[in-house]
Amino acid sequence: MAFDYEKYIRPGKLPHIWCPGCGHGIIMKGLIRAIDSLGLEKNNTAIVSGIGCASRLPGYLDFCTLHTAHGRAAAFATGVKMAKPEMNVIVVGGDGDGTAIGGNHFIHACRRNIDMTYIIMNNNIYGMTGGQFSPCTPTGAKASTTPYGNPDPAFDVAKLAIGAGATFVARGTAYHATQIDKLIAEAVQHKGFSVVEILDDCPTTYGRRNKFKSVIEMMNRLKDIAVPVKAAEKMTPEQLQGKILTGVLYKEEKPEYTTEYAKVIERAKGGK
Amino acid sequence: MAKKVAFLQGNEAGAQGALYAGCKFFAGYPITPSTEVAEVMSAELPKVGGKFIQMEDEIGAMAAVIGGSLAGSKSLTATSGPGLSLKQELIGYACIAEAPVVIFNVMRGGPSTGMPTGPSQSDVMSAKWGTHGDHPAICLVPASVQEIFEETVRAFNLAEKYRTPVMIMPDEIVAHMRERIVFPEPGELEVINRTAPSVPADQYKPYDTKFGDVPPLAAFGSGYRFHVTGLNKAEDGFPTTKAALVQAEEERQVRKVDANIDDIVTFEEYMLDDAEVAIVAFGSTSRSARYAVNEARKAGIKAGLFRIRTFWPFPDKQIKALASKVKAIITPEMNLGMCTIEVRRCAEGKAPVHGIFRVDGEPINPGQILDKIKEVK
Ligand SMILES: Cc1ncc(C[n+]2csc(CCOP(=O)(O)OP(=O)(O)O)c2C)c(N)n1
Ligand code: SF4
Ligand SMILES: [Mg+2]
Repeated sequence: MAFDYEKYIRPGKLPHIWCPGCGHGIIMKGLIRAIDSLGLEKNNTAIVSGIGCASRLPGYLDFCTLHTAHGRAAAFATGVKMAKPEMNVIVVGGDGDGTAIGGNHFIHACRRNIDMTYIIMNNNIYGMTGGQFSPCTPTGAKASTTPYGNPDPAFDVAKLAIGAGATFVARGTAYHATQIDKLIAEAVQHKGFSVVEILDDCPTTYGRRNKFKSVIEMMNRLKDIAVPVKAAEKMTPEQLQGKILTGVLYKEEKPEYTTEYAKVIERAKGGK
Repeated sequence: MAKKVAFLQGNEAGAQGALYAGCKFFAGYPITPSTEVAEVMSAELPKVGGKFIQMEDEIGAMAAVIGGSLAGSKSLTATSGPGLSLKQELIGYACIAEAPVVIFNVMRGGPSTGMPTGPSQSDVMSAKWGTHGDHPAICLVPASVQEIFEETVRAFNLAEKYRTPVMIMPDEIVAHMRERIVFPEPGELEVINRTAPSVPADQYKPYDTKFGDVPPLAAFGSGYRFHVTGLNKAEDGFPTTKAALVQAEEERQVRKVDANIDDIVTFEEYMLDDAEVAIVAFGSTSRSARYAVNEARKAGIKAGLFRIRTFWPFPDKQIKALASKVKAIITPEMNLGMCTIEVRRCAEGKAPVHGIFRVDGEPINPGQILDKIKEVK
């Protein structure tokens, strides 16, 4: 039987706002399958986002959903999790939202290792506002504000997350659709701050300016550059040139923030 | 049993007031002269099972308290001028999402870093105009340590009752002074909690006007699923651009406060019955004003004090009535005329309004006010 997405979609909220060929919908479906596979209870699951095309995702899903302000999702989510540590908290958002305006909240949520999953939908561009470059736009690429090519270097989101202290970091792509649910499911199950970066496409504002003739071409690029971590072990640096590692990139068990705070409460109550 | 009495600092009293009101979550970022609020909350909240978090900045702190509030905890943040500026965007978010939160802002010299340890009263306009867009504003301006305690409780009550952010803004002098405080017994002061929904979960709408201008608010994780956004929203919480819906929602948000001014606005009248010269003052400046009024009376001048306790909504009606009764109004304040503008607006030319402004980090002393009384009487 075909997978029943309807169970998790809010009645009357589709069609979504995303353009034809946008990868955000693929990621949403992956998230739904992940949630389904884990059997997360709707009433006990909060999905929090910032602002951007990617951040429109929570509105479509039948959970406790919080569409916040640009870049602030991780900080709002931190408040939700502190108040209700028993809730599953999942943050979704774009590359601009999470690593530019929200970069500070992102790295500090990583550092605290607060138990939530941050899904970053990285299409290398500010899609919603019409294609200005983001901190994840490759050097040299064209954006509406880099008409002569982007002079900025780009973030490696996964390295940023690992460096900042996230204890689970994975990467997938919108092309490798079935891998998305597995990565998200593992991330949600991980106790601590988990980051899942999904390489994504924005045909409308990025593809068009950067000589991609079609969505298929953008998707094929994702297919071509992705190398699973296991496969990469057997490859030479030359072979890995221009490639991007996918799969679980980093995993570590470390004290989780709300659990540590529960100990603070115990100490305070015990007068210590 | 005798009531508990203590010698407390204003900021400490604010934290104690928050705890009395049932605050269970604090998120903040350290800034002089408000930091003691965070320090007390970090020590006291976990004792009652509450949570404290020091965020990466004031924006994050404001975001966290809104998140905490939507998840059902009464939430507080504390800051001062530069931090207030950073919080402004999300204060607007709390307004439009109708999330009850309390912002305790201690007024220091500004703009920018200004005078971190110097007193000021120059954030009162920020309280109303600091975030963009039309929105309700409630701002309380206590004048003593006891009042900081009680008004912090009231700030929570108003936030919960009207589902909106509420600011309490002691100036640095009131926040850092130490005074005797008598702790109210539990139950002595009213403590208001938000109205929870009475409808079954599948019928719940977070902005359902069937229940009036302040619709019941469910908590995340309580069995109710709903959507919250900073976009203009319809009653069901989902974004809308339908003109009629947006207009109605915007008007309702502001009306929540505007239609309840008499419930929200508080003030104190001192020796105003036969007064010819009225001082309109708030916060620590009102203490100097009271002293000046007493001195003026000793000198045979009929002076009185109108002490503003709720700065927003502004006591329009009362100031208007006052202006038609007295010969002159004096407005001493530690800024360059913010309250004066409002008093002039309300006085509608019926009485001249003379400002006394100080922004040098020094309090306005009674002598300065007394001189002005003698000058304008
Ligand atoms: C404070 C603030 N600054 C700027 C904006 C404008 N803005 C809206 S979405 C966006 C970029 C979103 O890009 P990204 O997060 O990558 O999401 P995408 O649209 O690409 O999915 C910007 C700059 C805003 N809404 N708020
Ligand atoms: S503009 Fe880009 S990111 Fe936004 S919906 Fe369209 S394709 Fe997706
Ligand atoms: Mg993007």
